[in-house]
Amino acid sequence: MAVRVQREDFDIGAEIAAFRRADPGIGAIASFIGLVRDVNEGNAVAGMTLEHYPGMTEKALAGIVAEAKGRWDIVDALVIHRVGELKPLDQIVLVVVTGAHRGAAFAACEFIMDYLKTQAPFWKKEQTAQGARWVEARVADDQAAERWSEPQVK
Amino acid sequence: MSIRILYFARLREDMGIAGEMFELPGEACDVNSLRARLVARGGASATALGQGKAVRVSVNQDLARDDTPVKAGDEVAFFPPVTGG
Repeated sequence: MAVRVQREDFDIGAEIAAFRRADPGIGAIASFIGLVRDVNEGNAVAGMTLEHYPGMTEKALAGIVAEAKGRWDIVDALVIHRVGELKPLDQIVLVVVTGAHRGAAFAACEFIMDYLKTQAPFWKKEQTAQGARWVEARVADDQAAERWSEPQVK
Repeated sequence: MSIRILYFARLREDMGIAGEMFELPGEACDVNSLRARLVARGGASATALGQGKAVRVSVNQDLARDDTPVKAGDEVAFFPPVTGG
């Protein structure tokens, strides 16, 4: 398991290559990359600042990955999340899940993102022409996380 | 007893501080009563943490509920619903 919170950008290809470690037991890799958009709630977004809770954020992410590994038959999972100043087009988050088969890898990857969105302490503040504003939590994100409250078939 | 309190994001801005040490009578309480004591100070505390505000709480870096116990030396953080990813 690997969890990183960092200011620096990440190289998807290099991260995946390092994470699979030439393990011939891995038959599937599912990944998700979250990006900064240039618009939100109808306003142009010039950039954003991502704040986190050092210590708790890493602990929460590690807990989410451990939960995913308990629910699905996967080999491992990697989460990288950036903090600090970001601009539209920048990468924010990377989730990589390795497994023997695609089903568990896809499901675990989506689960990790849904839980990260609702449980990991990160906060976005957007810069718009109307001034800076804290991004409001979305009900849709809570609903996405709720889907996983029922036991899943492995 | 002494509690280490941290504030993040909008709550840090509303409070005007990133954290503080807070003295409570007694040796134990819970999240709800700690929050009530902070709100009772009035001013920024009442505005930021008062009823109707969407506030999440952690105790020693684990998400907490209203009835989660708080004891001397704990680290309690108050923050808005999270918006990462």
